[in-house]
Amino acid sequence: MSLTREEIRVPEFKGCRQRPVLRQRGQHEVFCGLTGIMWLHRKIQDAFFLIVGSRTCAHLMQSAAGVMIFAEPRFGTAILEEKDLAGLADMNDELDVVVERLLERRPEIRLLFLVGSCPSEVIKLDLSRAAHRLSKIHSPGVRILNYSGSGIETTFTQGEDACLASLVPNLPPEPEGAPASLMVVGALSDVVEDQFARIFEQLGIGPVRFLPARLADDMPAVGENTVFILAQPFLSDTARALEAAGARMLPAPFPLGANGTTEWFRVAAEAFGVEPSLFDTVTQAPRMRAQRAVENHRKRLEGCSIFFFPDSQLEIPLARFLHQELGMIPSEIGTPYLNTKFMAPELDALPQNVVVSEGQDVDVQLDRCLSERPDIAVCGLGLANPLEVKGITTKWSIELVFTPIQGYEQAGDLAELFARPLNRRTRLEV
Amino acid sequence: MKLSLWTYEGPPHVGAMRIATAMTDLHYVLHAPQGDTYADLLFTMIERRKHRPPVTYTTFQARDLGADTSQLFMDAARDAQARFKPAAMIVGASCTGELIQDDPGGLSRTLGLPIPVIPLELPSYSKKENWGASETFYQVVRALAPQGAERMQAKDAGPSCNILGPTALGFRHRDDVTEIVGLLEKIGVTVNVVAPLDASVHDILALRQADFNVLLYPEIALTAAQWLKRTFGQPFTRKIPIGVSATRDFVREVLDVAGIEDADPIDQIESRLPWYSRSIDSTYLTGKRVFLFGDASHVIAMARVAKTEMGFEIVGMGSYSREFARDMREAAAAYGLEALITEDYLEVEEQIRSLQPELVLGTQMERHISKRLGIPCAVISAPVHVQDYPARYSPFMGFEGANVLFDTLVHPLTMGLEEHLLNMFRDDFEFNDEAGPSHLGHASNNERQKSLEKLQHGEPTQGQNGEGKIEWQPDAERELKKIPFFVRGKARRNTEKFAAELGLAEISMETLYEAKSHFSR
Repeated sequence: MSLTREEIRVPEFKGCRQRPVLRQRGQHEVFCGLTGIMWLHRKIQDAFFLIVGSRTCAHLMQSAAGVMIFAEPRFGTAILEEKDLAGLADMNDELDVVVERLLERRPEIRLLFLVGSCPSEVIKLDLSRAAHRLSKIHSPGVRILNYSGSGIETTFTQGEDACLASLVPNLPPEPEGAPASLMVVGALSDVVEDQFARIFEQLGIGPVRFLPARLADDMPAVGENTVFILAQPFLSDTARALEAAGARMLPAPFPLGANGTTEWFRVAAEAFGVEPSLFDTVTQAPRMRAQRAVENHRKRLEGCSIFFFPDSQLEIPLARFLHQELGMIPSEIGTPYLNTKFMAPELDALPQNVVVSEGQDVDVQLDRCLSERPDIAVCGLGLANPLEVKGITTKWSIELVFTPIQGYEQAGDLAELFARPLNRRTRLEV
Repeated sequence: MKLSLWTYEGPPHVGAMRIATAMTDLHYVLHAPQGDTYADLLFTMIERRKHRPPVTYTTFQARDLGADTSQLFMDAARDAQARFKPAAMIVGASCTGELIQDDPGGLSRTLGLPIPVIPLELPSYSKKENWGASETFYQVVRALAPQGAERMQAKDAGPSCNILGPTALGFRHRDDVTEIVGLLEKIGVTVNVVAPLDASVHDILALRQADFNVLLYPEIALTAAQWLKRTFGQPFTRKIPIGVSATRDFVREVLDVAGIEDADPIDQIESRLPWYSRSIDSTYLTGKRVFLFGDASHVIAMARVAKTEMGFEIVGMGSYSREFARDMREAAAAYGLEALITEDYLEVEEQIRSLQPELVLGTQMERHISKRLGIPCAVISAPVHVQDYPARYSPFMGFEGANVLFDTLVHPLTMGLEEHLLNMFRDDFEFNDEAGPSHLGHASNNERQKSLEKLQHGEPTQGQNGEGKIEWQPDAERELKKIPFFVRGKARRNTEKFAAELGLAEISMETLYEAKSHFSR
């Protein structure tokens, strides 16, 4: 079934955007955008991420990954040295040499990202010019793009947003007279992507493409006949860039849990004119499976209070899932950045008395958490053990980014991630 | 600009964090952007510390850069003092903070805080973690120690010392300290202060009251020890008590510095290592080829243990500690080797690949490299991983440390009798070298074998000249497979070298045994 641009129904964004938000400014206990490389370099299998930064950036990458590298990784850091900063060496020449050596060593690389960091931003090293210059030297074999993952501009998952946004102007244009197509935006684990592709196919929606693709040369085309739907909530800049390229965005909740996934698919199905009966037939079985799997954890989680420290911008959709489908009670939902437009449908599904906070002043927020004593706190790795010591059960938020949690078949796993720490507490007698 | 895929050491401000976190009432205000807080997880996750490191990050953002980042720093410092009420504060900048040149030291002076504030200059673009720890400890000692009370020691008290160098996130520092404190007390030396680990600011003031200093970790505390010697005339010990002989040397040095005449106590302290090493089961350890890499102090000390207390042969050693490169080179030269001084793990991997040792003693990265190459490995130095903080008591230093070392070095290897059986029944379908040591489980044997094959066949050997690749006759190849896997690579290399020297185009079974006899000494 191929449709034209005019046949696609793109609804308006709805939802209440009037909700008090606690805005905080102080110490942020959150990763910078460089950490997105951790999953992006696995996702795009012929891409290399070259951070132009300091020893701190390199150390962050290896520490945040929490694992040792199993082969020569497809990311690295061009570490700025004193002679670069003192002007004794021309940084652009130095960068050219590093890139040249790197590409010699890794001939399979087709896409190279120059990733800006705090130091490279502060000294105003122009990586877009460098990317342009290097592209000329290394094309057509290797495409060279740039984005910033610096902590002065990006928080954790915003690094993926910046990366994908940098891809958009380089996506191939739609061929003349192309049928309307759907683009799913946001890095998903391969298993989730494959499940989604199967469901779209059963619904007769197509062609469906994913951004980012697994290979540099497979990136989807974009143009006026493209409609896109976000699979991840942190992609504001990417969405803007896609709209600038003529694509239209489908407003949808995020595909977490049985409901979230159903509503997400429903938005796409309605846009593409899928018969409601077909939609029900296709989604019913996986939806029931998801509900059953989630239900298994209700006993453990229902009525439990939950406190989110800001981390990945997944906090609000996660809280919606835990509240709607498991009966948990969110007390504070922290998010590093609140996109009120994207989040409106999610926030509408949450009780009015929930504190939504944006940004962080970590010591003050810890005070709030300790005085509220939630049944479970979702936080970063630096805070987890200190909170556990004080008797607060925690869930590492980074696991929610590194684990396949989207879609029907993962809904039970997602619930289990929250149930496990509570379960563990009840088992231990020491 | 230097390409780095993985680094042995973090930036210098992480070194400063290790000092602040080690101490009980020192707070660190760090002018740093969002993201630098990642370093907290090193302490809370890897070391499983129960508290957040005492570090306040100013978290400046792009929009602050045009405005007033120095005000941000001053607010953060003032708030940190009010909230945490530390006894002293260190202030400085991370790599990005350094670039915006706000002068945290000068700014905090204007705040007039009621506690000592020690400014740190840690050049992020030229120095690294251990240097940062060393410099920070030195600055803390230099700033605080002179304010201490005059020496007030009871006349009848015995000799006393400080132990210098253990930090947070150190390799086995926690247990080393317990062991060495016990050892010193046993020989009649009172420990005045251990610093920086678990030391308070008040303890730093009291450093000067000791007769001498025990320098346990030169990478961290050499500079401070030298300053204490210059300033208060406190001598310091240089022997690192890792291994039985080195621990005995250390005790002798301590007795000497402390002026204790009675040299008796040393013989009463026992370690199991000497007997375990002499017991016949250990015969199989003889001449095992060992490669070492890590921080300079641990590698130098462990090389001695490996050679003289385990009976291994050192085939290569190196360090990422450039500050101690000279010591490292001297130590290596004593074994007739050239030390590998590098921060590039790919160079280390290359050397391990070409030396084909039977055991690697290294850091987490060498553990990883060895796993890939199918070579047994034990971790003997930082950088550390969560498993380097075992729940059990497990020092590396002192006599108990020597016991731990024996186990640590033997555990990754195939056990003695098992090794003989492997040699006798080479074709047994389940009891063969590809099955791996039984006590190490069965994981990743295939991977291990594959990497081994790569190791054995992947690298061109010296014996093969440019044009003429030497062929192995099938029976010779079969015979080669009967040679234990851990020396097979060496046998192949030697045989090919031998054949090349003779100008042979083919290797027969005869050539294999000719070569074996040629190289056996």
